[in-house]
Amino acid sequence: MRDFVQNFPLFSIILCLVSSSASSLLKGKAAKWVNTVLICVVGAMSLTLTFYCLANGSFTYTMGHVPAPWGNEVRGGVLEGAMGTFFCLIMLLSMTGGRKKLLEEVEDTKQNLYYILVNLMLCSLIALVYTNDLFTAYVFVEINTISACGLIMIRQNGRTIEAAVRYMIMSLLGSGLFLVGICLLYDITGHLLMSNIKESVQALVESGQYGEPLLIAIAFMMMGLAIKSALFPFHAWLPDAYGYSTISSAAILSSLVSKGYIFLLIKIIYRVIGFEVVRESLLLNVTFVFAGLGIIFGSISAMREDDIRRMVSFSSVAQIGYIYLGISLGTQAGMVAAVFQILSHAATKSMLFISAIGLTDASNTSRKFKDLTGSAYRNKIAGMGFAAGALSMVGIPLFSGFISKLLFMQAAVANYGKMLPTMIVLAISTILNAIYFMKTVVRIYSPERDLYKDREGFKVIHTREQIEYTCTVILFIALNVALGLCSGPILELIGKGLEMFA
Amino acid sequence: MKKRNLFSSLLDWVWESRSDLYENMTIRDDDEEVNVITKAEHKEDIVKVKEKVFDAADRGSFRKWRFLYKILAVVFAVFFSAVLLITVGQLPKIGDINNPANNEVEKRYIEKGLEETGATNIVAGMILDYRAFDTLGESHVLFVAAIAVTILLRLDKSERDPEDTKITETITEAEEEDKIFEPHHDAILQKVAMLLVPIIILFGIYVILNGHLSPGGGFSGGAIIGAGLILYLNAFGFEKTERFFNEKVYKTVIFSGLAFYALAKCYAFFCGANGLDSHISKGIPGHILSAGLILPLDIAVGCVVACTMYAFYAMFRKGGL
Repeated sequence: MRDFVQNFPLFSIILCLVSSSASSLLKGKAAKWVNTVLICVVGAMSLTLTFYCLANGSFTYTMGHVPAPWGNEVRGGVLEGAMGTFFCLIMLLSMTGGRKKLLEEVEDTKQNLYYILVNLMLCSLIALVYTNDLFTAYVFVEINTISACGLIMIRQNGRTIEAAVRYMIMSLLGSGLFLVGICLLYDITGHLLMSNIKESVQALVESGQYGEPLLIAIAFMMMGLAIKSALFPFHAWLPDAYGYSTISSAAILSSLVSKGYIFLLIKIIYRVIGFEVVRESLLLNVTFVFAGLGIIFGSISAMREDDIRRMVSFSSVAQIGYIYLGISLGTQAGMVAAVFQILSHAATKSMLFISAIGLTDASNTSRKFKDLTGSAYRNKIAGMGFAAGALSMVGIPLFSGFISKLLFMQAAVANYGKMLPTMIVLAISTILNAIYFMKTVVRIYSPERDLYKDREGFKVIHTREQIEYTCTVILFIALNVALGLCSGPILELIGKGLEMFA
Repeated sequence: MKKRNLFSSLLDWVWESRSDLYENMTIRDDDEEVNVITKAEHKEDIVKVKEKVFDAADRGSFRKWRFLYKILAVVFAVFFSAVLLITVGQLPKIGDINNPANNEVEKRYIEKGLEETGATNIVAGMILDYRAFDTLGESHVLFVAAIAVTILLRLDKSERDPEDTKITETITEAEEEDKIFEPHHDAILQKVAMLLVPIIILFGIYVILNGHLSPGGGFSGGAIIGAGLILYLNAFGFEKTERFFNEKVYKTVIFSGLAFYALAKCYAFFCGANGLDSHISKGIPGHILSAGLILPLDIAVGCVVACTMYAFYAMFRKGGL
């Protein structure tokens, strides 16, 4: 008999699946409560698992009565538990922050369908985090892709349908490449379980057999996941998908969906191929170039935008670039920085989206900068949230963005070959970030109240009218500051988790 | 009426120009005006959509890039094809006994599959017992696809605002448009359907129930039953099918199928991982009631697949079940 805590990954996944099919029978309001309770329960289970693994180390859990290479398997560890907890927290906050908008923008008879998609999305994220089997990962990547598509197009207007089609095409291309990679890897190793593939790959590398198929398999898997998480040349689907969908979807997509894929990539690098093999294959140099280009071009595109939500979306391209930059450094320190950036970006980007919607609501739902002048005075809490998010993005101490930039710098110093380009890219990007985020903050805090006094839709929204929203933004700011101030224990946790990975 | 030979009247029927084989048979009412879009209107629509969605007028610079895109697309396609061909050339030969894929994993499936799962069909044993977790995910892929299609295509009357005339008009319009192309009394189709539908559905049930004994199973059997339901719908129309299959039935079947699958497997996984006896009897291999959970799971998957197939078709036809 195992410890009861070890059953939690299984319970979380089954709970998500059952509650999603049950929500198809429920009305919107009941489905909302099911969803909220589900996220809290799954989050609590992941948190318990994290503490359990801190005390007892990682474990594998057989899915069925047959042991691992024949049956399926999941794996629990510190990093998995922490990621699961964090994903649940961000998802809960994204849902509560966008609740009012959801009621307005989605047909009332389709509200429960939205919660079904969110439940399935949570299920796939949790499964991607815990799985120890490459093909199981692919199955849940499929669920993730289709539900993300549904999340984009549930607010039905021309732009979202077009964005969903774009997302579908790009994302399926990514899935296809990922699947081809898995097939090649299966053909040359004969396994689908992560730990067994790693053994076989080690043997192949030593004997020098099947060198090219192995390289192509790794390249295809990395490319597939890069497309799905919007690394620079594949980011064309991103601004529309994040910019026009309903706000909860935008927050979930930007802060969780792409991060789930990146976490899977890290898992593949450590647990399937082996860190050394990936580093020696020189593929990391390719991702390094694209990550650097992504950081700069993402920031430039964001600067040119006249639309606040598209600007925030384009800044995601740059931030995803940071994560890949950390992975591409090819050192343990770089990987720790990348994982911390996953957390920091998830917490900050969802806060920026949620705050931006508060600002546009106070400005006759216009998203143009011209109309947003002084909007922070009309919706004070949203203004505070946006300012905090912007400061974190630029990298001001006290906020989480500062710690991740610091970690990138430290990791870059330790890497002889890539130090200079990393430093230059980070410096340029910080300046560009400061330009477009501070420009926005200055604009929303420009006191031009009289200009919009009598215009329709430009109303002051008081805190008492939006209690749920206010609590959400305050929690977001607190989370961000916590990540920025208590980075020590979190980094220790990440380090321990990565050690358990290898 | 002019005398016509059988061949020419058959030809007429095939081309749907005349329908005088049977008195009350209407294939399509010629009097009724069908709203057909001309080619010019269609082109106009495309231009309108482009302008509205892409702001084509503002972004002339895109046109310059188009040519470059085309060339790059060809270059990439050729490059990737070459890479894939080279890779395939380096892979292990098909059918070689020393291939990496011929290892202990496959050996156990083949040698011990019958003993450990109780299923004569090893494939069923693999997907519903050894690797049941993947299949659980796969059946929910179907579910989430159905939900996505529902979001896109289902037309609903708003509960908040029941007097909303716009959506009501859209629904009536969709239903009327659907009726135009629906044959009302197509005797040939109806007679053939009367004959075929029971056989198709029976065959589907056979494929599902024998999933653990012979090739087949929930996914394939469910698809066959779904095809039978779609044929029935085409022959007899929505009024007849709605008597036994409406949205409520659909939702209940999907929920009970998926929930049963998830909970049953949760129990089996829990017992297996904790080393408990699950008390699920494997039965005598080859009997219809054998192989433990595989048969009930096949039935659940079959119901879900059949309902989803039918729902896709109905949703595409008139935006609702």
